[in-house]
Amino acid sequence: MDITPWEKVKLARMPLRPTGLDYINQIFENFIELHGDRRFSDDKAIVGGIAFLGELPVTVIAQQKGRNTKENIARNFAMPHPEGYRKALRLMKQAEKFHRPILCFIDTPGAFCGIGAEERGQGEAIATNLAHMMLLKTPIISFVISEGGSGGALALGVADRIYMLEHAVYSILSPEGFASILYKDASKAEQAAHHMKLTSKDLLEYEIIDGIIPEPVGGAHNDKEMVIKNVKGILEEELKNLLTQPIDQLLEKRYQKYRKIF
Amino acid sequence: MNKNPFKFKKYATSQIYRVRPKDIGRPDEEKPNVPEGIMTKCPNCKKIIYTKLLLKNFKQCDECGYNFKISANERFAMLLDDGDWLEYDKQLTTKDPLNFPGYADKLVKTQSQTGLVDGLVTGKGKIEGSAVMLGVMDAAFFMGSMGTAIGEKLTRLFERATEERLPVIVFTASGGARMQEGIFSLMQMAKVSGAVAKHSEAGLLYITVLTDPTTGGVTASFAMLGDIILAEPGALIGFAGPRVIEQTIGQKLPEGFQRAEFLLEHGFVDKIVPREQLKHTLGTLLKMHSYCGENQI
Repeated sequence: MDITPWEKVKLARMPLRPTGLDYINQIFENFIELHGDRRFSDDKAIVGGIAFLGELPVTVIAQQKGRNTKENIARNFAMPHPEGYRKALRLMKQAEKFHRPILCFIDTPGAFCGIGAEERGQGEAIATNLAHMMLLKTPIISFVISEGGSGGALALGVADRIYMLEHAVYSILSPEGFASILYKDASKAEQAAHHMKLTSKDLLEYEIIDGIIPEPVGGAHNDKEMVIKNVKGILEEELKNLLTQPIDQLLEKRYQKYRKIF
Repeated sequence: MNKNPFKFKKYATSQIYRVRPKDIGRPDEEKPNVPEGIMTKCPNCKKIIYTKLLLKNFKQCDECGYNFKISANERFAMLLDDGDWLEYDKQLTTKDPLNFPGYADKLVKTQSQTGLVDGLVTGKGKIEGSAVMLGVMDAAFFMGSMGTAIGEKLTRLFERATEERLPVIVFTASGGARMQEGIFSLMQMAKVSGAVAKHSEAGLLYITVLTDPTTGGVTASFAMLGDIILAEPGALIGFAGPRVIEQTIGQKLPEGFQRAEFLLEHGFVDKIVPREQLKHTLGTLLKMHSYCGENQI
């Protein structure tokens, strides 16, 4: 069955799809959520904390969409403010200090655009995450579970391994934003999606991501357990591999992973 | 009701043909008879400025202080001692990684129009005697948007600087990421930020100078990573552009929002420096960071 890029965009945005917390709750044990950036507030668009993967303590961070309007308003539709990215970085630095691997679940239309976000330095917050993640002395794995939109996604996406769910999309901007900039018409989003090369297959071909996690027919919501089990399997396998590598080698490979994209 | 009120002459003529008494005898004022290029009109305060004077004044309006756009090459000439510098990767261009419809043609057209290969010029020279690696974005090229060519050139500049243990100064001017290169543009943010992080880890100085406009993926990567962040007066600096924010929140933005002065107020810029002071400010900062522990008071 062939699914067009635009259909994938719509699939990726389906409220029924498993969200960050679904993965966290079903993959890990004893998840303890830690709140706040210690600077301004606690951004509910990003959830983070510590959990066990088997016997291994790990730091998990996820962008969190709501299942309904009420939840989505509380989560700001998973569009983080600067304090969300700063919370994520605080938890990542904490992970580095205590030698915990970091696992990120990406699902955002993009970083929030608004007055407060600008006043508090949205650009600075994202930039700081990119630079610091490149040097964090602990393994990082990121999963684009549904929507990976722009710098807002990348700020949790500088990793040793990046995986996408089969029907997830990862792009420079939402197709609507892209169409609005390039075609001066947001309604040409479908055409934009076609040219943007935002599907998991495209990104694997470009070697931007390391692998694709298959979804059941119709999408991840049709068999959440299977999808989450697949994610867990990849995660365990990759962690085993990454944890045995000397940290200098890991960091050099992480740098080269992005260095070669041209 | 009359369908067409304008067919009555008295409505049409009274305003349009009225001659203001003060206009009599000065018919040519609106179109001064001077050769092209001698005078320049300030887009901000509309003052007509003698172009030679404007150039002497670092392309700043002497009336309102408006900063005219400066090309990357003009910037190099303005900053580096004797205008003497070595340019890197001059011919480096994008591979059009997405094979995006119409992009290759538009690139060629823009290249011939601007005389640039892409929107960033990099090189090495001296500012007030201190050696420095300099990168200058040029907003005339695809609105200074960052694609793979800019990402690669900047990364190389930082890697060279790390190897030669030199400071880096980058002038930003960008509408954000280059849409036509899609995910590859996005990844340049991580790539350049990585190179900046390594340069920083080596204990080396990085100064950014944010010029009008600095937005999107450039703000969210190397623009905001300077040890010291300077800005030109009045420059628009932000993550999301003002139009996008207005559409998102459905309200008008306050006056001065996202201008350099606003960022200074909110703690994201160290200092706003007018153009005539830039060279000396940068030269002084470079000198302050050349201390290696051997100097005495």
